[in-house]
Amino acid sequence: MKLRLAWLYPRHMNVYGDRGNILVLRERCAARGIELEVDEVGPGDRLDPARYDLFFLGGAQDREQRLVARDLAAHKGPALREAAEEGAVVLAVCGGYQLLGRFYRSAEGEELTGLGLFDAWTVHPGPGARRFIGNVAVEWQGGILVGFENHGGRTHLGPGARPLGRVLAGYGNNGQDGSEGAVYKNAFGTYLHGPLLPKNPHFADHLIALALARRYGEVALPPLDDSLAWAAHRRALRLARRRPILERWAHVLGGPRIWPRKR
Amino acid sequence: MDAAVLAAKGASLLVRRLGLGGGTALPGLLALRLDPQVVPRLAACLGRGAVLVTGTNGKTTTARLLAGMARAAGLRPVANSAGSNMVRGIAAALCQAAGPYGRLREGDRSLGVFEVDEATLPEAAGLVAPRAVVFLNLFRDQLDRYGEVDHVASVWRTAVSRLGPDSTLVLNADDPAVASLAAGAPGAVVTYGLAPGPHSLPSLEHAADARWCPSCAGELAYDAVHYAHLGLWRCPECGLSRPTPQVDASLDGGRLLLRLADGSQRALPLPLEGTYAAYDVLAAVAAALALGLPWSAVEEGLSRFSGAFGRQERLQVQGRQVQVVLAKNPAGLNQVLRTLCGHPGPLRLALFLNDGLADGRDVSWIWDVDFEMLAGRVEWAVASGTRAEDLALRLHYARLGAELTVEPRPVSALRLALGRTPPGQTLHVLPTYTALLQVREVLARWAGRRRFWEETAP
Repeated sequence: MKLRLAWLYPRHMNVYGDRGNILVLRERCAARGIELEVDEVGPGDRLDPARYDLFFLGGAQDREQRLVARDLAAHKGPALREAAEEGAVVLAVCGGYQLLGRFYRSAEGEELTGLGLFDAWTVHPGPGARRFIGNVAVEWQGGILVGFENHGGRTHLGPGARPLGRVLAGYGNNGQDGSEGAVYKNAFGTYLHGPLLPKNPHFADHLIALALARRYGEVALPPLDDSLAWAAHRRALRLARRRPILERWAHVLGGPRIWPRKR
Repeated sequence: MDAAVLAAKGASLLVRRLGLGGGTALPGLLALRLDPQVVPRLAACLGRGAVLVTGTNGKTTTARLLAGMARAAGLRPVANSAGSNMVRGIAAALCQAAGPYGRLREGDRSLGVFEVDEATLPEAAGLVAPRAVVFLNLFRDQLDRYGEVDHVASVWRTAVSRLGPDSTLVLNADDPAVASLAAGAPGAVVTYGLAPGPHSLPSLEHAADARWCPSCAGELAYDAVHYAHLGLWRCPECGLSRPTPQVDASLDGGRLLLRLADGSQRALPLPLEGTYAAYDVLAAVAAALALGLPWSAVEEGLSRFSGAFGRQERLQVQGRQVQVVLAKNPAGLNQVLRTLCGHPGPLRLALFLNDGLADGRDVSWIWDVDFEMLAGRVEWAVASGTRAEDLALRLHYARLGAELTVEPRPVSALRLALGRTPPGQTLHVLPTYTALLQVREVLARWAGRRRFWEETAP
C-alpha cells in the first residue's frame, strides 16, 4: 500500500520542529509496510488535489506567513479545499491552523485572509498582549494529546467548526472557552507543536488510518512498540499540569525578556 | 566608599563561600539595585573602552579569545566570561574589577570584553557606549523566550542605529542577517568570512533560518554553505550579496589561513575543532585587529587559549577521557555532531536535554537537528535531563542503530555512561545550558578539578 503526503511550504513553515511530524508519519507507515511518499510543495508550485491522501502545514514567522497567505489565496487554496471536502486528511499546526481559518488579524491590525476551511478566526489583541506559551494537554476522544503552544493570536470557533479537544492544562484556542484546535471532516487544526505526532502516537495512527480508509477501505493498523513515545507523553503531561507554579515564579527567575510581537 | 561596588563584592564572596555557584547574577543585581547607573559610571573608567560580543552561538568562546589577545597586548581585560551575559553580569564584572572607592584599578589599561545576550544588546550598548560590537550569527534559539528570529534581527538593527559614530561594527559576512547590519552602521564596519573548502556542505541544512534576502525578501542562493545559513550567499532577485570580507580566511585542516586587508597572509593554529569554532577564532581575530591590537598579541593570545567552560572542554575522569560540549540549538548541535562524525571509531554519547527557562522550555528544536548523520557511528547513547524521554524518542526515530538508554537523573546518567566507557576511551557529553551547569559540577568533582568560576579567568 502507498500513501502520498503534500508537505505545504516546508521552507517557509517549519519553525517548531515541524518535520518531526512528517518523519513520524513516514516511519509509522513504513513499520506497517506502507510507503509514504512525501512531496514538498512550495510557493508557485501547482497542487493536484486528487494526488494526495494527506496534507501538512506547519508554523511560520510573520514574514513567511504573509507570503504563504498570498500564495494560498492565489494558487493552492481551491485545491486544498477540494481535497478536504473529499475527505483527504489535513493537519495544520499553529500558523498553518490560523491560515485555514477565515482570517488572521495581526497585532498591528493587518488582516490576512485565510482559506476558511474551518469556521474560525484569529485575532491578535495587540503588541502588549500576553502570549500563550507553555506545555499543553488536551482531552481528545477520551484520550489525551500533549504538546507545546506558543501563540499570540486568539482563535474563536464559529458554529460550523468543532474543537479538536478540550484543554486540560494550558491555553488552547483563546485561553477562555477551554477549546483547542478545530476539526472539519478529516481536516485538523491545532496549536499543539512539540512536535505533535511523536509524543501522540495514537493521533498519528488516527491520521494514517483515516487516510488508508479513504483510499483502501478499513485497514487495521498493527500496534507498534511505543513505550518511548508514551514515556515522553507522560512526562509532557506531568509538566503541563505542573505549570501554574512555574508560571508564578517565571518573572522572578528571569522569564521572557522580550515578547515576540505576533501570532 | 562605593556602596554598590562593595555590596557586589561582598555578595560575590558570600555566594562562593556558601558554595551556591559562580555568583555573578546576584551581586550584579544587588549593585544595580543600589546604583542603577553603576554600569555607565564604571564603564566610563575603562581607558581602552569596551567591546560587546553578541550572537546566538559562540559568544563565550569569542569573548574569551579576545580577552586573551588583549591580555597578551598588555591590556587588562574586564570580562564577564564566568557568568551572566545580561546587564547584571556586566555590572558584576565591573564591580569585581573596581576598588572600594568605585575606581577601576589600572583603568587606563582596562578594556571591557563583554559577551551580551542577543536580547540584552540594545540595553547593554546604551549603557557602555562600546568601542566595537561583534555580531557572530543569528540562529533559531529558544523561540519561546526570544521570539522569532526576525524579531531579534529587528532588535539588533535598532541597536545598531543608536550606536555612536566611533563604534566599530565587526560583522560576519557569511551570515546574511548579520552582514546586512552594515547598512545601518553609523561608524566603521569590519567584516570577516570563510572561503569555501572541504568543510563546506552541499546544501542548506533543514534548520537554516535566514534563507530570505534581508533587503527584498527573495529566496537566497548559495554558492557554498559552511553550516546552517552561513556561506557565500547572494540574492538572485535584487543582486544583494555577501560582502567581500576584509578579514578573509580559509580552513586548512587544523589551521586558519588569513588574508588581511593589507594583503598580507597569516596562518593560525586552531585550538578548537569544527567549523563553528573556526568562526569564533576568526571573529576574535577580526575584533582584535579592529581594536588595533598587534599581530603578536593575536598569536600569543591564541596559543595560551584554554577552552571555555563546557565548550569542547576535556576532563580526565576515572581513567576515561570526557569531552563536554554545550549544545543548545539546532545550528549549534548540528555543528557539534558534524565535528563528532570526523572522529575515528565508534562514539559513546551522553546527551542531556533540560527545559529550564535558560534552556528554552520548548524542546521541539531537537526535531530540527540532523541526528541522522550519526547513523552507524554510535555504539550507545544515554539520554538524560528533564526531557530525557523526548530526546530518546528523537534518537529512536533517527534510526542510529545504537543502544539507547533513558536515565532522567543527570548524576546517575553520568555514572552509567562512565561505567560503560572502557578505560582510556572517550565519552562525549552534550548538555543544554542548565544541564551543563549540573554535569560540569559533578564531572569536575570526580576529576578532582576546581569549580568553574575559580578557573575561568581568561
